[in-house]
Amino acid sequence: MIELEHVSKTFGAGCESVEAVSDVSLSIGAGEIFGIIGFSGAGKSTLVRCINMLETPTEGKVTVDGKELTALRPGELRKARSNIGMIFQHFNLMRSRTVYGNIAFPLLDAGLTKEQEREKVRGLLKLVDMEDKENAYPSQLSGGQKQRVAIARALASDPKVLLCDEATSALDPQTTQSILRLLRDLNRELGLTIVIITHEMAVVKEVCHRVAVMENGRVVELGGVFDIFAHPEQPITQDFIRTTSNLQKVYDLLEEKSPVVQLQQDERIVRLTYDSRNVAEPVISVLSREYRVNMSIIFSSIEIIEDAPLGGLVAIMGGEDERIEQALNYLKERNVSVEVIADGRAAE
Amino acid sequence: MAELLNNLIPNVIDKWPDLWIAFGETLYMMVVSGLISFLLGMIFGVVLTVTAEGRIMANKPVFTVLDKVINIFRSVPFIILLAALIPLTRLIVGKAIGTAGAIIPLIFGTVPFFSRQIESALAEVDHGLIEAAQSMGVSPIKIIFRVYLRESIPGIVRGTTITVISLVGLTAMAGAVGGGGLGDFAIRYGYNRNQVDITYATVVILVAVVSLIQGFGNIIIRKTTH
Repeated sequence: MIELEHVSKTFGAGCESVEAVSDVSLSIGAGEIFGIIGFSGAGKSTLVRCINMLETPTEGKVTVDGKELTALRPGELRKARSNIGMIFQHFNLMRSRTVYGNIAFPLLDAGLTKEQEREKVRGLLKLVDMEDKENAYPSQLSGGQKQRVAIARALASDPKVLLCDEATSALDPQTTQSILRLLRDLNRELGLTIVIITHEMAVVKEVCHRVAVMENGRVVELGGVFDIFAHPEQPITQDFIRTTSNLQKVYDLLEEKSPVVQLQQDERIVRLTYDSRNVAEPVISVLSREYRVNMSIIFSSIEIIEDAPLGGLVAIMGGEDERIEQALNYLKERNVSVEVIADGRAAE
Repeated sequence: MAELLNNLIPNVIDKWPDLWIAFGETLYMMVVSGLISFLLGMIFGVVLTVTAEGRIMANKPVFTVLDKVINIFRSVPFIILLAALIPLTRLIVGKAIGTAGAIIPLIFGTVPFFSRQIESALAEVDHGLIEAAQSMGVSPIKIIFRVYLRESIPGIVRGTTITVISLVGLTAMAGAVGGGGLGDFAIRYGYNRNQVDITYATVVILVAVVSLIQGFGNIIIRKTTH
């Protein structure tokens, strides 16, 4: 659906020029929810603007739905853009127009009669669950409601692609969830291809199928969300993933010498990570029952991503040396990676 | 009652019909130069906004020339503009004095100011809205009308109110060089003949006019701000 070939975008000229996007090639399939994650300044916003040519790439080719946008004349490009909806971090609704007026805005030149327009707008309002706000002004709406109106407006021209530029970054976590759920529903019901720009790994985890990690204008890592979460290769990706899990907190506790992590001689702090799709056995029960080791869980962070559990836990494992060794081996056999973080014997 | 007024403001009562003629001349100058200035200032303000760097119709030569010309005219005091424009006025209206002769200088004095007012009103429009409209494939001309102008109606009304009020002041000055109107009236009788009550009467009328304009502007701003 979306093909980027060696896209680069440079701002400014000469020695002051900044290359915001450099040599990015991506292929996003129809019906896919594709995430682009990066810290601010990584070039992700510029990249998404290259998809609908709000920014003209300095180099490279952009093709959306079979049309090479980089080769179109301005008039043709405007027409092609109606096939690509876009929503923004700050919603960008027009204050002077009602909810109805905002949603009808892209339809002004569609040649619809008043009745057709009303029908269309009401249908969109229903889609985003905002039927009762037709005559409200944006200033009377909450952030989440504004984004719903913005989504309805972006969908008014029946686009095949929806670009979301930090669309949930100005929203609280609950509202973010509801907007993401709406996007996922739209993806399933309308077959909409969605590109999500974000700096929050939680957003990617929630809805995306694939994700590209950007750093300094380049895509440094790309893959299915589960694989990226399970085996992040680049340090920046690992950083992002760490933000979604609380397992790292154990290191803070060790540093602070918290009483929680004071070990007896026969205890060890272990970190178990489920990073492949086949962890189905109740390993913790097996450990305590079959191997007679005590497991006292300190932190746990397990997410269901693409219908498979992913994450891990940090626990104090206590018992005889021999049993602990056997237990650790059992875990390895079950595709659970194990890391001993602290050992009570070493503390002596 | 008539007796009291005669004692209190004898000269005003004496020149009563002339006062109304002068007021009519002031209104005439304001309406004609105001309407023309509104149109021109609106066009220039929009051109300044959309041709600036990075905007929807960025055009450096057009922007630079217009920007400089406006600055030049804004830096000339109106009283000097009045004199400097005499040849041009004569060329366009056929004469350089009288109410009609005041129109051209009034336009030259008002348009640059109003253009800046429009420019700053349009600058209030969030760039995100322009970007959103662009992402929908709206053409630049339609963005001007449907986004820039539509979104900044309260700001435009505010700028218009300020400009019309300053225009009241300019018409009074134009009167001083033979343009007629209340300014002329006040100078001729109130100042030159020391008929102070005439000066006060014109002040009262001008204060009323300004209050009306401001009040009217405020109502529209309130109705259009959501």
